[in-house]
Order: sequence, then structure tokens, then C-alpha cells
Amino acid sequence: MSNEIIQEHINKDYEWGFITNVESETFAPGLNENVIGALSKKKNEPEWMLEFRLKAFRHWQTLSQPSHWANFPYPKVDFQATSYYSAPKKKPELKSLDDVDPEIRKTFEKLGISLEEQKRLSGVKSNIAVDAVFDSVSVKTTFRETLSEKGIIFCSFSEAIQEHPELIKKYMGMVVPYTDNFYAALNAAVFSDGSFCYIPKGVRCPMELSTYFRINTGGTGQFERTLIVADENSYVSYLEGCTAPQRDENQLHAAVVEIIAYKNAEVKYSTVQNWYPGDKNGKGGVYNFVTKRGLCIEDNSKISWTQVETGSAITWKYPSVILKGNNSVGEFYSVAVTNNYQEADTGTKMIHIGKNTRSTIISKGISAGFSNNSYRGLVQMRKGATNARNFSQCDSLLMGDKCGAHTFPYIEIKDKTAVVEHEATTSKIGEDQLFYCKQRGIDTEKAIALIVNGYCKEILNKLPMEFAVEAQKLLAVSLEGSVG
Amino acid sequence: MITIKNLHASVEGKEILRGINLEVKAGEVHAIMGPNGSGKSTLSNVLAGREDYEVTAGEVIFNGKNLLELSPEDRAREGLFLAFQYPVEIPGVSNINFLKTALNEIRAYHGKNEITAKDFLALVKEKQKLVELDGKLANRSVNEGFSGGEKKRNEIFQMAMLEPTLSILDETDSGLDIDALKIVANGVNTLKNKNNAYIVITHYQRLLDYIVPDFVHILYNGKIVQSGGKELALELEAKGYDEIKKQF
Repeated sequence: MSNEIIQEHINKDYEWGFITNVESETFAPGLNENVIGALSKKKNEPEWMLEFRLKAFRHWQTLSQPSHWANFPYPKVDFQATSYYSAPKKKPELKSLDDVDPEIRKTFEKLGISLEEQKRLSGVKSNIAVDAVFDSVSVKTTFRETLSEKGIIFCSFSEAIQEHPELIKKYMGMVVPYTDNFYAALNAAVFSDGSFCYIPKGVRCPMELSTYFRINTGGTGQFERTLIVADENSYVSYLEGCTAPQRDENQLHAAVVEIIAYKNAEVKYSTVQNWYPGDKNGKGGVYNFVTKRGLCIEDNSKISWTQVETGSAITWKYPSVILKGNNSVGEFYSVAVTNNYQEADTGTKMIHIGKNTRSTIISKGISAGFSNNSYRGLVQMRKGATNARNFSQCDSLLMGDKCGAHTFPYIEIKDKTAVVEHEATTSKIGEDQLFYCKQRGIDTEKAIALIVNGYCKEILNKLPMEFAVEAQKLLAVSLEGSVG
Repeated sequence: MITIKNLHASVEGKEILRGINLEVKAGEVHAIMGPNGSGKSTLSNVLAGREDYEVTAGEVIFNGKNLLELSPEDRAREGLFLAFQYPVEIPGVSNINFLKTALNEIRAYHGKNEITAKDFLALVKEKQKLVELDGKLANRSVNEGFSGGEKKRNEIFQMAMLEPTLSILDETDSGLDIDALKIVANGVNTLKNKNNAYIVITHYQRLLDYIVPDFVHILYNGKIVQSGGKELALELEAKGYDEIKKQF
């Protein structure tokens, strides 16, 4: 593939890079116990919450920043240069949609996220409940009344701390303790908001639940926490979307997501991650250091992660499942696209503890430009995980000859009856494939979209309908101009 | 339809075509024969616009336009079709979706609206019969897991769907058994009319028993060294290429 053409086409702008002009209250940069105290006070948190934060902070101070995590270098983050709280001034206590700052409403509308319950922008009646998080705070959660009729709790994390302290105390940190890793500790100390969701026994959530994260203010980090608890015999499908304005500096996003599934419960978690990836020279972009983990705590439970990762300058993310209950099932379906100077190190961990536990991993990496894309995954079969099974498939697609694709599968088997299968392929988007498409009248951009969507089809099929269409378009846009 | 004048082309600095002259009119079938390495595939790739080939001299006028100035996709949209010697697999993209995209791109180029789903399906049904292509193949990923014969039939199916004015069949007969060969030839014969033309590139005379050419050209060392009627193919078959090699 000729390099001139790669260069020529690579200049596609990030569509979501606009900045909203809204008056914000932002903490001065820096992190110490006083900042955490102020943050907790700002949110009117109970004493136990502040203690949790301080414990985490003290632990975090004993840790050093991971430097050689992935197989490529990354610049050290200056944690004292980041602001840990930023919220639109015109808050809090929203009684109705009219109380939401019109600028913020416009922002979400521009992003295609309607905060109104009765209509979607497309004119189709919505069947998705949304929790919209703007910088550090949740601005609006829709459909709460409809959901509460079924006993479903879906609200911002801050509200959950106030209104359901017993649930938060019980579950927060159960799957990802603050001692888990550097960024999990940091998140536990400074997280500002996020979503909480509880599905009671025997309830099938009647609509998709969704959280939309938007970083707006410059120089701030976003540290959100999501906690989903699915009680016995319940089901929920959860979607997460994110974007950020285009800025020259790097912004930090360090989230924690915890999922707990009880007996016969099923949680399906889908992400379309589209943080600002930086410009074509690798300047700016979001550092996306996320800990996501699910716990199949009881028998026959199921947790499924589906992710389409196209944004961020650097992504470290390993949505995992601990399969504790017998016959529990863990799934990980991933498409990760990197272009220009983006770097992604993503994969999963499947920890088999219970008998007859099953896990499936399908990962599709697409690299273009000067980017690096790694799959890193652990399959662990602990002693006693009788007849546990795993199937892993990791495929990499390369565009051009300046990018890299890497696969790091870790397999640990302590039970003789366990079966692990692993397949990996690497292919280059062929000049032959492109020429074939062109000879049929299809231009380069359309041909790439066609080939890439075909390549990712089995993952895209796992996404809820509305999301799948969006993801398809996003893939095409992210790779626009990446190949000649 | 197409006029090729003194066409020279090289790959990686090595000259392969050394002055091709050829004129094909609407309604005609031309066969180009030649030994391995004579430049047959280079000619088809150059006409289709593959980037690895550098045209160093000459001109090609296709339906009144300077073909060499057009992008590969515009050449296709102008009505030039290449049936590939080695059709490419595109995993995960259904044949139908692929063809619909191609057809609509071509229609858009000519200022036409997108084809309706109903009309498209009717067209698929009609053309599928022509090459006796299994309905299942139409719904499978482009060429993925197709046998050699199925791939070639799929090329002819695509040709039938896109209705080009000039089709170049690049060794479509290679790797085909006699039954598949007949099906492919039958497809071409049915599609042939006074408004379109065919350039059939082949190593063997065999295909020409079924697709009868109006003209036969022998390509050797990047030049057309001999032209004649269909009897030239038979003569060549009897003598073999060695005779040609000695002569030129």
C-alpha cells in the first residue's frame, strides 16, 4: 500500500471534539487529603464514604505508577496537574428536564443522546433509559419512575450513596477492591460520579439501561464508578458510551466498573468507547485506564462484555469475569481499532473457580497508521474448576506497514479436567481486497468500511440493534483514510 | 468501444508490455492467447487500473474517454469489468451486500437512484439462474470457502449483475472442469449482445470451443505478434507455443 495515499487520507477530524460553554466549578489541580475531604463535602457524603476514600488514598500513596505495563512506553502522568472535580454550576437537584442547563442539553442532543423520555432525536420512541454524566456529575437519569415500578434502581452513584447506603456499603469494592491496582485505588479515592443499578429478584429489565459519559472541562480527569447488581433470576442489558472534546493536552479517565450476578442472573454490558484519540500527530487524547470486572457469584449466572473501542490515545482495559458459581458463563467480545498514534492494550481475564464454568473470548484488533494494538488475556482454571471450558479467538488486522498488532495470551491450568482452546490469526487488509472492491465500482473509503465491518461482524452482531448501527458508522469514520 | 495504441507498461522497472495495439468494437469477442509470461495478465491489470503497474507510453480510449486517467473505481463505473483470475475472499461481507454496494455506486455515478430492495432481489434471482449459482452462495461471504469453480461462476454472476459494456475475462477457464466451463461459457453467450464486448484471455484453446471469438490475437513478449480469426486458435493449439517462440 502506497504511503502517500495513507498520508493523504489520514486527516479525518474527530466529530465529537466540540467544547460546551457552561459555567463550571472546578477544583484547582492537585491531590491530597484536603482535596478528597473537599470533594466528599461537596457531594454531601456520609462519614463512611469519606473514610473509604481516605483509606484508598493512603493505599494509593504507597503504590508507584505502572510504567512498563504494556509493550510500549507511555509518558508519566502528573497527578498533581489534574483537577479532580468539575461540575456545571447550575446544579444540583434537578426536578425536571427543564432544570438541566440548556447548553448541556444541547451537548447531549448533539451527541445523539436524548434526555427526554418520550422522544429520541431520530423521532423513534426511546426504549433506553439514560444516565448522563457531564464531567464529574450525573446531570440526568431518565425513565426512573418507569423502572422503579418494577423495583429497579437506576440512578447516579452519588444519589445511591445518599439513598441506598446499605447497598453501596455492601457491594462497592466487592469485585474491584481499592487494593486491586494503582488506578483502582486512585478511582476509589477520588471518583466523582457514575451509575448504580440494582435489578431485584426475578425481574427482567424492560429496557436497555445506559450511561453516557462526557468529559468537557479542560485539565480535569474523569473518575467514574459503575456498580451493577443483578439479583437472582434477573436480567439486564447495559450500554455505555463516551466522548470528549478535542484538546491538545492529555486527559485522564480512570473508571471502575463492577458487576455482580446472583443465581441464574444475566448481565450484558456493551461499550462503545470513543474518547478523543488525539490528533494525527499523536498530540492530545484521553488516557483511558479502566478496571472492569464482573463476578458470577452464584450458580448459573452469566456476564457478557461486548466492547467497541475506537477512541483514546492510550487504552488499558481488561473487562474480566470471575466465574465462581457452578455452571456460570463469562463472555468477552471485543473490537479495538487504533489509528494514527493510538495505543491500545486490551483483553480480558476469565477466572474459572466453579465447576462446569464456561468462557468465550473473541477479540478483533484493527491497527492502522502508526498505532499499536495488543490483545492481552488471561485464562485461569483454578483447582476444582472441574470440566471448565474456555474458547479464545484473537484476530488482528493490519492496515499499512507502520502499525503493529500483538497478542499476549496467558493460560494457567490447575485442573486436569479443564479444556482451553486458543486460536489466533493476523492478516493484512489486502491490496488485493481493495482492488477487487474498486474494480467493482466501490471507492477506497467505502471498501475499507465494507471489509472492516465484515471482519467485525460477529462482534457487532452481539450489540443491541441501535448501538450496532452506531458502532458500524463509527468504525468507518475511525478508519477513514487509513489505507491507500 | 476500446482503442489501445502503443501501450507500454512496466512492473518494478521491468517492461512487460512493449507496444500493444488493439481495437475492440461493440458486439465483438476478442481472444488473447499467449504462453506464460507473455504479458496477458499485465494487460488486464493495466486496463483495470491496478496501481503496481506503471504505464510508460501509449494511450487507451474507452467509450470516448482517456481510460488511463480514470481511477480504478471510475473505470468500473464507466462499464469496464474484470473477471479475476484469482477472485479475492472478503470474510464477513455477504455477496449480496457487496453487489448491492457496487451496483448502487455505479448507479450513483450515472446519476441514478439506489435500486429498491425488491428490484434488487428480482435481479439477483434472474441472474443467479444464468450461471446456475446456488442461492446459498449468493448469501455467503464474498468467495469465502468457495471452490475454484464456484469462485469463477461468482465472477460471471457479478458480471451479469453489473452489466458492463466491456468485460475482460482473465483466464476464467483455469481450474475449471468441463461442466463448470460450459456453465461459464453459457453465461457469457447469453449476456453477449450488440452493445457489449468481451476480451477473453486464455492460455488454452479449450474455452474458445464454447465462447467463439470473432478475433484471436497472440501475445508474446509484450506485443501482439499475430492476429486472425477463430481458426488461429486451433492452429496455435496444434503447433504449440514453441513455434511462436521460434518465430519471434
